[in-house]
Parts: sequence; C-alpha cells; structure tokens
Amino acid sequence: MDFKDYYEIMGIKRDATQDEIKRAYRKLARKYHPDVSKEADAEIRFKEVGEAYEVLKDPEKRASYDQLGANWKAGQDFNPPPDWDAGFEFRGGGYTDGNASDYSDFFSSIFGQGFGGAQTGSRQGAGHAHGNDHHAKVLIDLEDAYQGATRSITLQSPAVDNSGHVTTKQRTLSVKIPKGVKQGQRIRLAGQGSPGMGKGQAGDLYLEIEFNPHSIYKVEGHDVYLTLPVTPWEAALGATLKVPTPAGPVDLKIAAGTGSGSKLRLKARGIPGKSHGDLYVVTQITLPPADSDKAKALYQQMQQELAYNPRSKLGV
Amino acid sequence: MNMTILSGTLLDEEIELSLNELCRACSSSAEWIIELVEEGVLEPVDSQQIHWHFSGTSLQRAHTAMRLQQDLGLNLAGVALALDLLDEIEFLQTRLNSYEP
Repeated sequence: MDFKDYYEIMGIKRDATQDEIKRAYRKLARKYHPDVSKEADAEIRFKEVGEAYEVLKDPEKRASYDQLGANWKAGQDFNPPPDWDAGFEFRGGGYTDGNASDYSDFFSSIFGQGFGGAQTGSRQGAGHAHGNDHHAKVLIDLEDAYQGATRSITLQSPAVDNSGHVTTKQRTLSVKIPKGVKQGQRIRLAGQGSPGMGKGQAGDLYLEIEFNPHSIYKVEGHDVYLTLPVTPWEAALGATLKVPTPAGPVDLKIAAGTGSGSKLRLKARGIPGKSHGDLYVVTQITLPPADSDKAKALYQQMQQELAYNPRSKLGV
Repeated sequence: MNMTILSGTLLDEEIELSLNELCRACSSSAEWIIELVEEGVLEPVDSQQIHWHFSGTSLQRAHTAMRLQQDLGLNLAGVALALDLLDEIEFLQTRLNSYEP
C-alpha cells in the first residue's frame, strides 16, 4: 500500500492552520468537482482531496497522521507501525462523512477498518434506508446511436464481508443502449444501484452516454457534421457525389459554383429519434498538387485563360 | 455465459416524471424540488397544470444540483448560477470542437 501525503495532495505546508486547510479544500473541491471539472481524472482527484481533508480538518486525526512522521514520501510502500492500534478513540469510527469505499486502503489502515454494516446508513439515519445510486459512463460509437446497441459494463461496487471489512465487488451488466441516444444523456436503471438497508429500496444505476470521438463525423446535439473534400471542378461544375453517413452512403448533388465551406443539409440523416437530427455536409475544396509537368501546364493554362482575381475586394 | 440484457429508461425530453417520482429518484423532499423550480433550476413541462411534470433531463439537473449543494456548500442561487454557466460552457465547447480539425 502506498503512503499518501495529504499535505502534498492539498498543496499546503505541514504547519498550515486549520483555516488554511479549509480554504485549500474549498478551492480544490471546486476545481475538481466531477460536475464542474472536465479533467479526465477529476473524480479521482476529488476523492483524494476529500480524503485528505477528512483527515486534516479533524485535529485529532491530523495529530495521529502527523505522528507517522514527515519522513514518508508519497507513493512509498507503507505499513502502519505494529503498535498503531493503541489508544485512538476514533478507531473504528473513521468515516464521518461519505462513503467508506471512496477512501483509500491507506486511509483504512490508519483510521480503522471497523466499518460496520450500519455505517452505510449514516447519511440517511439508521433503520431502513434507500440504497445509494451509482453513476457510470458508457462510451459508445456514433453508429450505435443510429442503430441501438448492447453494451456490457463492469462496475466496481463496495460490499461488506462477514468480518465487516469493505471489499470491492465486480459486477458485469449487459445494458441495452436505445437508438437515438445523444451525447451526455443518461439512462436510468431502477434498482441496479446499492442494495437498501432493512426494508429500504435499492438505489438506481445511472449510465451517462458519451460518444467516442469519430474519425470523420462531429456531433452537435442530434445533428451530425461531415467535412466533405471536393475537387475544384466538382465544385465549379456541379456533381453528384457518394457521401458517407453513419447509416450508409448516399448520393449528394453538389450545385455548380459551390464554394468552400458551404453547408449542405441532409434532412433527418442525423441521430434518429422523435425529432430526427440532420446531417450537415460542409464542403472543403482541395487542390490537386502541381507535381507533374501535365498538372503544372493545366494550372498555367488556367492562369492565362481565366481572368480571376479572388482579392479584387481587398483593394490591392 | 448467458446474461439478461437490461433495458433502462432514457432520460430525455420525451419522458415525463411526476413531482413524486422526481422526489423519489433524488431521495429528496418535495419542498426541495419546489425550491429548485422557484430558483429557475428546474422547469415543469407545463407549469399551468396543478400536478407538475418534469422531463427526464430535469432529473439529471436535480442530481447535479444536489451534488453541488452537498459537496461545495453552495446555496440554491449559487447552484442555479453554476448550472447556467456549466450549460454555457458545454454549448461553447461543442461549438469549439466543431471548428477544430
């Protein structure tokens, strides 16, 4: 188990005052709150900061943490001293807030594994309590939103074993991803969260849909965007082009004189649903390279024969 | 291994939750939901009706509101402001992504 430097995590000195600790926590909590932060490891950082604050805000816990000494370095292999168990009143009552499973093994080794089943209900009060809701992200491809899909997801959920220790239990679920889902939408699976206490109902499982970045499409709500490279002659003369869509290729007619960056709408070819999204094709005129004598001659011929000045409006 | 395929409810604009269902899904009191409506965080589908109904996206919003309130100690006005700003950031981020190659 790795030693955790709670002072380093919170970016404060070992002699920080309780006020400084509180201020540092408030700031970091806002920065790493998973609903606010877009950083990939926000949730891990938020929990880490929460754990550090849990220890440092309580003068008693802080004092015993400090007793471990300043010689430990973060990440160093850590085992609590053999006599560690002695004389701490809070032993076994460690988790004042939140969920025990959110804390690290390091925390549990110092501040108690005496985590009993009844503790889970502490937020809601003893007796019958509603089980906790679980949240997870599911990555899908854009094509899955067009056709619907089935995803199997593996969840880590805390469980309390017979001797009262908290362990993580793996659970795999197969979930149907309905056709027409959009980025950021959630699917609610009633009763698939933590079991309730007593007669309390089980919590729910919420799956947040996130699209894998696509190599050719961009998604905005239920609309989909595609950048379509076209040749100068296709754009100038007009053409019927084969265009990919997530539901299969279609023929798209380009009018003569289409400029670069023109937005062509393919109605109802976006993400399906009660209100179908649209697919927007944005043209991008690309030039063939002048890398052969023949190509150069063609460009030179255009230069000589076409009186064209794209900068005429710039006054130069 | 043969596994049952679970189907959930997609929390979109098309499903509607009653005030009671929303409270249950948030483990909250009706008073708290009413406060969110008064603060403009949530909007009932048709506020003229005697019995309020909310869209599936309201549940998502209520959950975020609850976490912000509990974890950061925000009051409801602060929650409302944070949610509005988060919406705006998301909108701008999507626009920005569409301009990036």
